[in-house]
Amino acid sequence: MAHVRLEVKNLSVSFSTFAGKVHAVRGVSFSLCDGETLAIVGESGSGKTVTCRSVMRLLAKNASIDSGEILLDGTDLLRLSEREMRQVRGNEVAMVFQDPMTSLDPTMKIGRQIEEAVTLHRKVGRREARSRMLELLRLVGIEDPERRSRQYPHEFSGGQRQRIVIATALACSPKVLIADEPTTALDVTMQAQIIDLLKDLQRKVSTSVIFITHDLGVVANVADRVAVMYAGKIVEIGLADEIFYDPRHPYTWGLLHAMPTLDTHMPSLYTIPGSPPTLTEPVPEGDAFAPRNAYALAVDEKYEPPFFKVSDTHYAATWLLDPRAPKAVLPEILAKRRREYLERRKRNAG
Amino acid sequence: MKNRWLRFLGRRLLYMALTLWIIVTITFLLMSFLPGTPYNNQDKLTAAQLQVLNQKYGLNQPVWQRYLTYLNNILHGDFGISLQFSDQKVTTLLGNRVGVSMQLGIQAAVFGTVVGIVLGTIAAMKHNTWIDTFCSLFAIVGRSAPNFVVAVLLQFVFAVTLGVLPIGLWNEGFRSTVLPTLALSISPMADSARFIRTEMLEVLNSDYIEFARAKGMSELHLVVFHGLRNALIPLITILGPITVSLMTGSLVVENIFAVPGIGEQFTKSVLTNDYYTIMAMTILFSALLVVVIFLTDILYQIIDPRVRIGGDRS
Amino acid sequence: MKADPEAIPQSLFRFRHAEKAAEQEAGAAAPSFWKDAWLRLCRNKGAVVSMLLLLIIVVVAFSAPALAPYDPNAQNVPRANLPPRIPGVGIPGLNGYSSLAGRPVDRYKLAGVPADTNYYFGTDEFGRDLFSRTLYGTRISLIIAFVAAVLDLTIGVAYGLTSAMKGGRVDTVMQRLLEILSGIPGLVLVVLILLVFSSGLFSIIFALAISSWIPMARMVRAQTLRIKNMEYVLAARALGTSEVRIALSHVLPNIAGIVVVRTMFSIPAAIFFETFLSFIGVGMKIPNASLGTLLNGGYKVFRIYPYQMWIPAAVLCAIMLVFNLFADGLRDALDPRMKE
Repeated sequence: MAHVRLEVKNLSVSFSTFAGKVHAVRGVSFSLCDGETLAIVGESGSGKTVTCRSVMRLLAKNASIDSGEILLDGTDLLRLSEREMRQVRGNEVAMVFQDPMTSLDPTMKIGRQIEEAVTLHRKVGRREARSRMLELLRLVGIEDPERRSRQYPHEFSGGQRQRIVIATALACSPKVLIADEPTTALDVTMQAQIIDLLKDLQRKVSTSVIFITHDLGVVANVADRVAVMYAGKIVEIGLADEIFYDPRHPYTWGLLHAMPTLDTHMPSLYTIPGSPPTLTEPVPEGDAFAPRNAYALAVDEKYEPPFFKVSDTHYAATWLLDPRAPKAVLPEILAKRRREYLERRKRNAG
Repeated sequence: MKNRWLRFLGRRLLYMALTLWIIVTITFLLMSFLPGTPYNNQDKLTAAQLQVLNQKYGLNQPVWQRYLTYLNNILHGDFGISLQFSDQKVTTLLGNRVGVSMQLGIQAAVFGTVVGIVLGTIAAMKHNTWIDTFCSLFAIVGRSAPNFVVAVLLQFVFAVTLGVLPIGLWNEGFRSTVLPTLALSISPMADSARFIRTEMLEVLNSDYIEFARAKGMSELHLVVFHGLRNALIPLITILGPITVSLMTGSLVVENIFAVPGIGEQFTKSVLTNDYYTIMAMTILFSALLVVVIFLTDILYQIIDPRVRIGGDRS
Repeated sequence: MKADPEAIPQSLFRFRHAEKAAEQEAGAAAPSFWKDAWLRLCRNKGAVVSMLLLLIIVVVAFSAPALAPYDPNAQNVPRANLPPRIPGVGIPGLNGYSSLAGRPVDRYKLAGVPADTNYYFGTDEFGRDLFSRTLYGTRISLIIAFVAAVLDLTIGVAYGLTSAMKGGRVDTVMQRLLEILSGIPGLVLVVLILLVFSSGLFSIIFALAISSWIPMARMVRAQTLRIKNMEYVLAARALGTSEVRIALSHVLPNIAGIVVVRTMFSIPAAIFFETFLSFIGVGMKIPNASLGTLLNGGYKVFRIYPYQMWIPAAVLCAIMLVFNLFADGLRDALDPRMKE
């Protein structure tokens, strides 16, 4: 197995707000290998962004990391001093934000903003920083970088700005790149371009990528593995194929069911009923998804489901996988997809 | 690009001229309705003497005629003569005083805004801590204490009780300017501290600051290189109000410290009905304000890349 | 609850489709804007304290005729310039003593004032009771504050709203007018107005009417322009709602918070305005008590009888501070930008 770059163990994060303590992340664990892309999928408020911000240690002031470890090449980032952490940010772990329109300082030329990212961590001269900056701009496909580096953010389109943001993030060739919904704020054609760019760059610069999104369509394109988050927990994690074709958690079913595809000839799109719970104290006991779950078992009300192993790479937290559970009937589309997948796998194996 | 600049400048200049003309007119009309006479010893004057004086100062002509004459005169830089300091030209009278007020105003503006920016920035950086509370409280108290009260307080503490600085008068060089400057600077200090705090909080919560933080930048670096850069631009917009508060402040502060500036002259002239001096000073104050507003606009165009006239706006 | 999975009874492993439907309703509804704002305000200690103080000040000032021990304008020259004396308070400065040739002297005895007659804030050069004058002066300041607020809310809001809603040429003309008006230094103009018309409460209010509402008009216009182009306003317009109705029922409620905050900030400005004018001698007419005239009188004798200046100054600062603190608290509570 490849070298484990980043390992998050049992991470719990809470926020103290006027309404009380909110448990945004409740015991999340995952690992990220060298050169791998892990997608974290979930609705807004599921804790995916908070999880990644914890890796950067860029949480709001009212947040506290209650427990857990975040190991980058074996070093626990949560134990670093703020000064040491600054050496990690942008240098070993970099982040791309959701909205390219607001991620760049409107009053500074974009060239300088990229150079800044270089000079913060590398002892290089003005000229070197500049040539690195131009190289980065070229890398992310900005044409005429000499001229454009002297322009201000408002002179670029959204897609171009996201390219510049990505260039900035890659300035020091980070080991891990966290992309927090990098395409959500863009229109569809731009989305595809940015995704292609990210895939392309990952091949060229070989970083590990954590890709946060709520769009499963995007995930299918980029991810090696997928983690599905709900109410501050990972509910299912596995290889992209496993999640797409052989999902085990009813929430994953719901998400996939709700995803429009070209072969779904349905009069209306499926939606998961209700909305995610607020994670204010006291956090409801049992399975947080149960109230919205058409497949909920009586046991879900009192007992939190543990992770059940589906395969070496595939785990899901639902009592449905308990041997005592009744058999659930999948939505027809998902069942069909699963049959086709299993057949294909059998053919390939044989 | 050049053309757009010229058009912009031309339009602004036209408005400036228009504003000033309206102010001159309003002032003139108001002054011509002013009750009482401008002579401080009129009880002793006979009707004939009054007649002669009115003749001399042109006060017996119809209003419109005096208005036209006045307009014509000020266009030639002649603001008439002071009726109080007999036969002294208003321009000479004020000319001797403008420099003093300017020095005081600039000292107070610079000191006030710099301290205000520092306080506001610290408050924003330490948001929701006792330092923030302290800075904000200081700003509120500064805004709540009228400048003349502050002036008297400073005079009482530093000059009367401690005796470390002169009580008033403008005859000890820089030492004389310290207390009036402090008193005048309270209001710009409080204003800019509050303004910068709000702006800075907003800037510090913005995505580009978070992104810069994600690059591994230290908080101080962040605040200086990205925060102040963005928070200071809108500060330009309160330059106008700051000028106004300095002007009004100077009216009392100069009086309290016996500073021979235009503020002191204005109150003196108001209390003695010195027509031409009051008018000249109203025009002077207005012109100053209008020019500051004009410069504010221009400065904003130059500094903020997003509103630059020549830039290809998206 | 974490439990040994083996220990969970088999009976719980059944679907519960039937039970579930009625059970779940979406989380508690988000509190409305105003309720939310009220809660935020109550959490702000400074705002709550200042709100209470404000109430007390208003009540006390408006019951001045009932509370004032003396006629504020009644002169009593033999009892001139008495220092404050509050019964039961032995602190120097509040016990009726002041120094004469280096030794504290009971001024009241010297002036032949009976032991049971007290002037809490002392008396001025004409022997008028400063406590009564301060009460009446505060009332004047509050009246002016109230008028300024009303002017802001009427002229300022109406001007800004009309300008932004009408748009086009009307807006241009109205904006030019504002630009010119704001080029005139308000106080200078007001001083002129006070010179021409006889000074007094009415003239101060008239002067306020000319200049005080301009910042409000600008802000309302800017906010209206912002809201005017929001989807829900466009939707209302698409449904054929009239412009007046849009302005009143869609735009106004949405800028109400900012308008209230702005109004609260213009109140201390108006109070300052009066004291300033009276201080330089063009505001309220002399025998009438206002905080400004009290300060003016106090300043003249301040080297000899400092209490005559410090007391009205302290009252003025306290009122300004309370209003500013309250306005700050309101802003934090109402301005969604400051939301964390």
